[in-house]
Amino acid sequence: MLEFPLWKKLWLWGLTLAASLLALPSLANVAGLDWPKSLPNPQVNLGLDLAGGSHLLLEAKASDIRAQRLENMEETVRQLMRNAKPRIRIGDVSTGEGRLSFMLDSAADIDRARGLAEPVMQGVNLTREWDLTVVDSQRMVLTPTTAGIDAALDDAMESATEVVRRRIDELGTREPTIIRQGATRIVVQVPGLEDPEALKSLLGQTAQLEFKLVDLNALPENVQAGIAPPGSEVFPYAPGTPMEGRYEAVRRLGGIRGDNLTGAQAGVDPTDNQSVVNITFDAQGGAKFAKLTRENTGKPFAIILDGQVLSAPNINEPILGGSAQISGSFTPESANSLAIALRSGALPVPLTVVEERTVGPDLGADSIRKGLLAMAIGSIAVIALMLATYGRFGVYATIALVFNVLMLLGLMALGNFTLTLPGIAGFVITIGAAVDANVLINERIREERKRGRKVIAAVETGYKEAGRAIYDANATNFISGVALFAFGSGPVKGFAVVLVIGLFTSVFTGVTLTRMFVAGWLRKTRPNDISI
Amino acid sequence: MKLLKLVPDDTNIKFLNLRIPFFVLSLVLILGSWTAVAVNGLNFGVDFAGGQEVRMTFEKRETAPIASLRELVGGLGYGEPVVQEFGGPKTVSIRVALPEGTEDTPGAATAIGEKVIAAITKEYPDARKDGNDTVSGKVAGEFRDQAILALLAAMAAVSIYIWVRFEWQFGVGAMFALVHDVSVTVGLFALTQMEFSLQIVAAILAIIGYSLNDTVVVYDRIRENLKKFRKMPLPELLDLSVNETLSRTVMTSLALFLALIPLLIFGPPSLFGMVAAITVGLFIGIYSSVYLAGPLLIWMGVTSDSFVPTESPADRQEKVARGEA
Repeated sequence: MLEFPLWKKLWLWGLTLAASLLALPSLANVAGLDWPKSLPNPQVNLGLDLAGGSHLLLEAKASDIRAQRLENMEETVRQLMRNAKPRIRIGDVSTGEGRLSFMLDSAADIDRARGLAEPVMQGVNLTREWDLTVVDSQRMVLTPTTAGIDAALDDAMESATEVVRRRIDELGTREPTIIRQGATRIVVQVPGLEDPEALKSLLGQTAQLEFKLVDLNALPENVQAGIAPPGSEVFPYAPGTPMEGRYEAVRRLGGIRGDNLTGAQAGVDPTDNQSVVNITFDAQGGAKFAKLTRENTGKPFAIILDGQVLSAPNINEPILGGSAQISGSFTPESANSLAIALRSGALPVPLTVVEERTVGPDLGADSIRKGLLAMAIGSIAVIALMLATYGRFGVYATIALVFNVLMLLGLMALGNFTLTLPGIAGFVITIGAAVDANVLINERIREERKRGRKVIAAVETGYKEAGRAIYDANATNFISGVALFAFGSGPVKGFAVVLVIGLFTSVFTGVTLTRMFVAGWLRKTRPNDISI
Repeated sequence: MKLLKLVPDDTNIKFLNLRIPFFVLSLVLILGSWTAVAVNGLNFGVDFAGGQEVRMTFEKRETAPIASLRELVGGLGYGEPVVQEFGGPKTVSIRVALPEGTEDTPGAATAIGEKVIAAITKEYPDARKDGNDTVSGKVAGEFRDQAILALLAAMAAVSIYIWVRFEWQFGVGAMFALVHDVSVTVGLFALTQMEFSLQIVAAILAIIGYSLNDTVVVYDRIRENLKKFRKMPLPELLDLSVNETLSRTVMTSLALFLALIPLLIFGPPSLFGMVAAITVGLFIGIYSSVYLAGPLLIWMGVTSDSFVPTESPADRQEKVARGEA
């Protein structure tokens, strides 16, 4: 029990010092000292509640993704049937109840139609994304499978996360954290960003740009009442445009999306000094745009952003160069924001902010200062208590306590963990609770001495008998720490991290290190009596 | 050097003599806490209630002008705001509910927060904006579910651990003590109407861990003594175990208390609720490990046989056959 061969001593000291040294860069940082650049620099991250900044939780509406998938499938099916030779005529197309259903004009075409549709029911990696059924020998019903929906959702969230990252990078803020959370959420944390309005307006726009042909056959009074003719849909004009408050009917299909852009820049139209956004299509988008404008020269088309019409100009001539100018009563700021959004790509699904937390930078600095002060006073009080109660054994406990704090900080820096405001409370609680191991051991040694055991035997029994309770007590703390970690969001997770790492460092320093100290002293002096 | 001894040697307090009155008291406390929660309800912070919460510090004033803030923010037309002290007299939290239907219009909710802050900084230019939280009703509901789940899971998990490491009676005793600790802490929040937030749930989870520390230490000693003194009546044995571990309980609690008090007085105001909960929970935990976790063992019939293997009927028959019995 009290045997410490040299290799073991070296190993223990090495571990202790190595972990403690890892804390130095973070301590230097808090003290405002420069850490030499040539040395490794592991740092404890400061949580947003200490560093100041903004936290946003964005949520995508899964129903939007489902609706969009249905629309895409409708277009695909229409195209397949139209291009079939001979052409398969279909009608009564509906996308209600989350599935696509349509009627064949002739029941004789059913096998051919089925053969055409079957290949698009599979996803990229052979998962079945749609179920195809035939009802009444003439109606085909396409129902998305759960696997298909999940895959689509996953895809959409993956690219939405990427788009969010690109947009935030464009803002030039430092070290944002952008993580997907669960099936439909994205967490965005931007340290130092105190006013998240610009960020939110940037992430708030889907930037889904569409060019759709105006339905010239729609009755104006119906359109203004929001009623769309078959095959068309009605969109309102965007607020701030000259036509605000009015509606435009556009053909549902046959338009193009502004997905294929290589660039978007805010600019000024020299003719009227209005802010505009100049966009450039890639080759594929340019070709589609050229085709659309060539085939519809002389007719108006609507430029629609996120479901609102910006303008509906006439196509005076085919636009073949692959670039276009969007005007829509922009301010220079909104033109710039739209340009960023378009450059970074459209969000595949609209995101809404479901949780937002902003912390001012003064509060964080204030909290750290007050937390450190409280920690210092608390430590001194605990150390005084240990010294007064256990004498020499209290000195060992104090050394263990100092290493405990250093190792805890060092391991947090090594693991790149985040220190949050509740984490500071975790440090203080660890300081108070860490001495429990020493108290248990020392009280046991006292008891054993009282029962008349010799010094060495009393110390040995003390460590051995107390060890069991220490083990069980820390195991239950570990369990509640894990529950805490699983439950918590940001700040609370930071608390859990400190408590759990603190359990390990406390047991190591409070039991193992002090035993080495005590053993060394007993071996050297061989006392007949100890004061404890 | 004369060393400090907080608990004199050979202390022998007959704790267990009062086990029935204190058990009744515990039951009253538990039921009273539940009643307080049912009658008063908890003052949920923005985490659990949803809505918009703005925190501001008035550094230049002795106390924050709570009454006039209430009037000022109430006049903005977003319903009656909850304005209360937050961790210290200079800091306030101002909470307004989210208007109906803002779930689908992003920005509308936080725009309210901006307006609240703007109105206050106009009236009190030296007020410092500490933070601003917006939590949608949906997310708040998820936080509530997660909190309840985490508390139940933690209590169940540690009780099972105690059951595995000791005996089923110890597991039940620990579970009951935890129900007591959690109920009374939550009950205090219902009584005082201090803000109940995610941090407070974190505090309660920490209490579960630390309160159990004491229970484990006492149980460990009971187990040891059960093996050692096989003939001793259980109440006497429990008293012995509690007394033997008393100086440890006092020392550890005092150390934790000494560390927590400066945090309560000098620490960041936003930690006040959490640290207060842990401090109170510390004492509730000590009480419950002496007066609940222990006596329950008597009533559940723990004996030394729980830890010392008894003769199985087969052994018995064998002995009879050999004529030893």
